[in-house]
Amino acid sequence: MLAQDSILRLDATAIDYIIIALYFTFVLGIGYLAKRAVSNSLDFFLSGRSLPAWVTGLAFISANLGAIEIMGMSANGAEYGMPTVHYFWIGAIPAMLFLGVVMMPFYYGSKVRSVPEFMLRRFGKPAHLVNAISFAVAQVLIAGVNLFLLATIVNVLLGWPIWASVIVAALIVLSYITLGGLSAAIYNEVLQFFVIVAALLPLTIVGLHKVGGWQGLVDKVTASPGGSEQLSAWPGNALSGFSSNFLSVIGLVFGLGFVLSFGYWTTNFVEVQRAMASKNMSAARRTPIIGSFPKMFVPFIVIIPGMIAAVVAPELAQFKATGSGDVDYNDALLILMRDLLPNGMLGLAITGLLASFMAGMAANLSSFNTVMTYDLIERYVVKDRPDGFYLRTGRWVTVVGTLIAIGTAAIASGYSNLMDYLQQLFSFFNAPLFATFILGMFWKRMTATAGWVGLVSGTATAVAVFVLSENGVIDLPGQGASFVGAGAAFVVDIILSVIVSLVTTPKRDTELVGLVYSLTPKEHLKEDAQHGDGGWYRKPVLLAGISLALTVALNFVFG
Amino acid sequence: MADREKKKAGAFDIRVVIATLIGIYGLVLTILGIIADPKEVDKAAGININLWGGIAMLAFAALFVAWARLRPIVVPITERPADAPEE
Repeated sequence: MLAQDSILRLDATAIDYIIIALYFTFVLGIGYLAKRAVSNSLDFFLSGRSLPAWVTGLAFISANLGAIEIMGMSANGAEYGMPTVHYFWIGAIPAMLFLGVVMMPFYYGSKVRSVPEFMLRRFGKPAHLVNAISFAVAQVLIAGVNLFLLATIVNVLLGWPIWASVIVAALIVLSYITLGGLSAAIYNEVLQFFVIVAALLPLTIVGLHKVGGWQGLVDKVTASPGGSEQLSAWPGNALSGFSSNFLSVIGLVFGLGFVLSFGYWTTNFVEVQRAMASKNMSAARRTPIIGSFPKMFVPFIVIIPGMIAAVVAPELAQFKATGSGDVDYNDALLILMRDLLPNGMLGLAITGLLASFMAGMAANLSSFNTVMTYDLIERYVVKDRPDGFYLRTGRWVTVVGTLIAIGTAAIASGYSNLMDYLQQLFSFFNAPLFATFILGMFWKRMTATAGWVGLVSGTATAVAVFVLSENGVIDLPGQGASFVGAGAAFVVDIILSVIVSLVTTPKRDTELVGLVYSLTPKEHLKEDAQHGDGGWYRKPVLLAGISLALTVALNFVFG
Repeated sequence: MADREKKKAGAFDIRVVIATLIGIYGLVLTILGIIADPKEVDKAAGININLWGGIAMLAFAALFVAWARLRPIVVPITERPADAPEE
């Protein structure tokens, strides 16, 4: 896929380049406009807690709609078919709703500025340090991965050298984040969301038309090597790696649906930061809930094109039948774009992909600079300076983070397997974090020592399972290994936290108000409704109920 | 004075920015669709996707502008509630 003369080279013309260039002009323009609203560090790192819920809600899912999501999920669609929807309907929506309904009052209500800072308030310094450092390291490395993937795609599609696209992309992201901080990142994520939809929806429609409508797709997939089981979401054996239907459903619901996804969506600061930027408690709670509505329909413009590509593109169909060929599943979207889109729409489709890759990296960097500045530098290194100092620090940290990401991308271009490992490994990291959070929020007896012991042991368990499965000691194809790794990390974390808590001294109740459920007065969790919070459609719990009902209905329709 | 300026600047409306970009895209694609070469149309399985996509984007842009007009961003007249004291 690294070849300079790839068979996937798109026939981009001047008009396509104009469309791409126009997008980047807007991206930088937003950075410039957002800069005018930055006058202190809270503006820079949390958008001054001033954004409306629909903006943060779209940014919430857009930050996750990066390279891995779009290319990876269309590849999964081509390989596994409909069961891929579980990554959205089981693997995201319940956790997003849980974040909005149950956890956000603690995050927003306690006025912490980051997820590690919540850790600090609840469990003290050791747990805070563990969390802040592992998060910061993970974010710059993932930013590097995103940067590298972007450069690879530009190389394949347009023939630019990898190093050139790495530097150009890094410079663009760097300029708008250092200028406008989180607001620039969030506004660009919202813009990116619409550009991605404008790029992928026409592709899906043309693809469906080409394959003979929905019925045509059903017939062709049934006749393809995948067979008709790729048309229904359940039980998804191929995806989970379990041969028994029962175990597969259990694995999906608990492994993907509970441990992996709750860990990711509820404790990952990249996501939570978007909600923290909203203007009040009600908007913060609505952020992930509003995000869940577009999220449930994203599979239709990502997975369906993948499935279409696997049956209409001869190269990909051959790969699916024989397991060899010039292309693989990751190329599904690109093949479809190459074969179906005329110039103009083609430029827009390329723009959509570039937008998505870049926003992923921007999200990593904008949360990295916050944790680095507030949680590590301000807390442990250079304390008690005026706010302007931390604002400047945040800008410089962004520059340094970008440089490290370029370095990571350079390493990745030499060892592409290493990057796969890193990505998989980080997918385990959130499971113990979620265990510690949920226990800490609902069990006031949990102690500070238990906080960091649980985190460290849970993470160690995840790493151990990862190493064992890489060495073939545990043999589960598909996503089975991640499910088991995350599940084991979760259980070990809970058990050790409980044991350690019982033999150490808990914090005093008065220190835990606003942080632990049973010690927090109800009014503390429910801010008074403010101007703009009226109307039934702005009630977080009701909205969450509607979202859940829709998701269940979708599962029945496509089950 | 500086404070008032800050609030005005903070109220730039992302909806208008989105509508502008998508609107320009819509215009370009619609024109491309009108002057389309029939061979290109065949590539997209017989749908003139530039034309229809372009029209849809123009409609979307119009909708967003209408939304921004009907519900403009309200700049609070009262002082923004002070953020909770940092620790």
